[in-house]
Amino acid sequence: MDLTTPAAPATIDVAQSIAHTPGYWVTVLSRLKRDKTTIFFGIVLLSIVLMAIFAPLIAPADPYKANIIRRLKEIGYPGHLLGTDQTGRDMLSRLIYGGRLSLFMGVTPVAIALVIGGLSGVLAGYVGGKLNMAIMRTMDIFYAFPSVLLAIAISGALGGGINNAILSLTVVFIPPIARVAESVTTQVRSLDYVEAARASGASSLRIVRVHVLANVLGAIFVYATSLISVSIILASGLSFLGLGTKPPEPEWGLMLNELRQAIYVNPYVAALPGVMIFMTSLSFNLLSDGLRSAMDLKT
Amino acid sequence: MTGSPVRQQCAPGVGAPPLLKVRGLVKHFPVGPALFGKGLVVRAVDGIDFDVMPGETLGIVGESGCGKSTAARLVMQLLGVTAGEILFDGQRVGSSELPLKEFRRQVQMVFQDSYASLNPRLTVEGSIAFGPQVHGASRKAAVAKAHDLLVRVGLEPSRFAGRYPHELSGGQRQRINIARALAFDPKLLILDEAVSALDKSVEAQVLNLLLDLKDAFKLTYLFISHDLDVVRFISDRVLVMYLGLVAEIGPSRTVLGNPTHPYTQALVASVPSMDPKRRTKVAPLTGDPPNPINPPPGCRFHPRCKFAEPVCTQHEPELDDIGAQHRVACHAAKAGSGHSGMQAARAAVPELSP
Repeated sequence: MDLTTPAAPATIDVAQSIAHTPGYWVTVLSRLKRDKTTIFFGIVLLSIVLMAIFAPLIAPADPYKANIIRRLKEIGYPGHLLGTDQTGRDMLSRLIYGGRLSLFMGVTPVAIALVIGGLSGVLAGYVGGKLNMAIMRTMDIFYAFPSVLLAIAISGALGGGINNAILSLTVVFIPPIARVAESVTTQVRSLDYVEAARASGASSLRIVRVHVLANVLGAIFVYATSLISVSIILASGLSFLGLGTKPPEPEWGLMLNELRQAIYVNPYVAALPGVMIFMTSLSFNLLSDGLRSAMDLKT
Repeated sequence: MTGSPVRQQCAPGVGAPPLLKVRGLVKHFPVGPALFGKGLVVRAVDGIDFDVMPGETLGIVGESGCGKSTAARLVMQLLGVTAGEILFDGQRVGSSELPLKEFRRQVQMVFQDSYASLNPRLTVEGSIAFGPQVHGASRKAAVAKAHDLLVRVGLEPSRFAGRYPHELSGGQRQRINIARALAFDPKLLILDEAVSALDKSVEAQVLNLLLDLKDAFKLTYLFISHDLDVVRFISDRVLVMYLGLVAEIGPSRTVLGNPTHPYTQALVASVPSMDPKRRTKVAPLTGDPPNPINPPPGCRFHPRCKFAEPVCTQHEPELDDIGAQHRVACHAAKAGSGHSGMQAARAAVPELSP
């Protein structure tokens, strides 16, 4: 090949010459497939979600229909596969329906916090300087309170109800997401490819869109996924304290609270909502863990 | 790479106006706590002047921390200057004559870390095509240009265009970084330790590629390196930096073949000899460079200089012309400075006499 003459080489057919390498997400997916733990808990989570979505089709009985005669029946009681609760409602149906509210209250605050916290964190990280100081120190104020206490305080001040519980959880999750977003963005921003993009004369918005977001979103998203489990537990805790959902709504945290008096009568039935909370948050945690290692292509 | 390894001797335009003119460039980084700092500054670049002629390669050498890379980033306007001015093609950078965006189309930079300087989520063609798209080219035209440039840097587009940076070797990535910079059709290319992280054989290939591309695209290089052999190979002129100041500047052959400044002499002497019988037994230069927060008074090199005399501790030497485009900032090289001169000083230091 002679490179010394400035004459252009033979024209290349662009469409034909593009090599077919798997894209980033295809690679991540194929790495994920090899991770058995993640696949298993992904399936567990998927079935819990599907169960919640199709609750009216799956549930064997009406979750609100009480029956005083058949109170606190044990697991395996004829007609009630997982027994009944303190007012004789079918546990299996209530657990299936309970997934709807619990998942909703787990995912919604994190999703809202992901948008607000993610944006403010990326902004603080990319711009830096005084704006970073202002945003991050404000976030630090929220860190002064333990997250459970903060959620209880906000919910308590605003009054019970699902909307206020979601609002208080959102406030709790914005600072940690913003902090992760800020630190990842600061890290990416100092890399040479962002310097090179700045040297290209591109606008800041374009640099953030093309070069920063793609390299930052993955880490923020993985972190947020791990927060969903915390959110489910906190939402259950709020319901447990009477600040989230109100009876007779089926919600795992609230059910756990209501059944707590029955723990000596029928401990296995009383523990069931706790098992559901545990399985769901564990699945979210391990899934985010698997996602993180699958996305780190260098290892 | 089958490009010609023969060194193309290009004649920098004599009498032509300089392509890049840097005057009194200063960069001080404040140190200490942001709010209640004591006003301490790191004098990374402390007033340097140089010109880059169209078509030449100016090498900048010096130890780690002497301000080479800071100078490059200042020229590229990636860092804000504390003082000084940069003229490109006779126009002030950042003025209405030459807005920053237009300047950045004409001047591009290749960084040392080939992996960190490529976006891991963009394909090779995406990375190269980004620049032209910023400057208004359509996606299709930019991709076509990217493929054309891949051929120019010796990478087959059909094999490499769709790949991601982590699938490539260091040498391949650095070729892509060069192609990315060339996609702007720049006049000046700043190479900041661009070959330092590569192993020797790949380094040689990339250096030859740079020489070929320079002729093909009529480029001017500002080549920063700590490796004297590489600088000797590629540069027409060399600028030696010490602690934020220019120690010596002149034609490559003169500065590196017959250095005048004691610091340049030490640098040249510290290059390991290829002859095992002529091992370097005494380190030509000992100690670390002084703290750039509080540089020594007078000549900044005097605490490590073998020829230092009282005058060196009192007055800062000017960068004086000693003929043939060769300028040195040393009292010993200047008659009437109060220094007894290099010859007398050399005689007084026994281990230096042959």
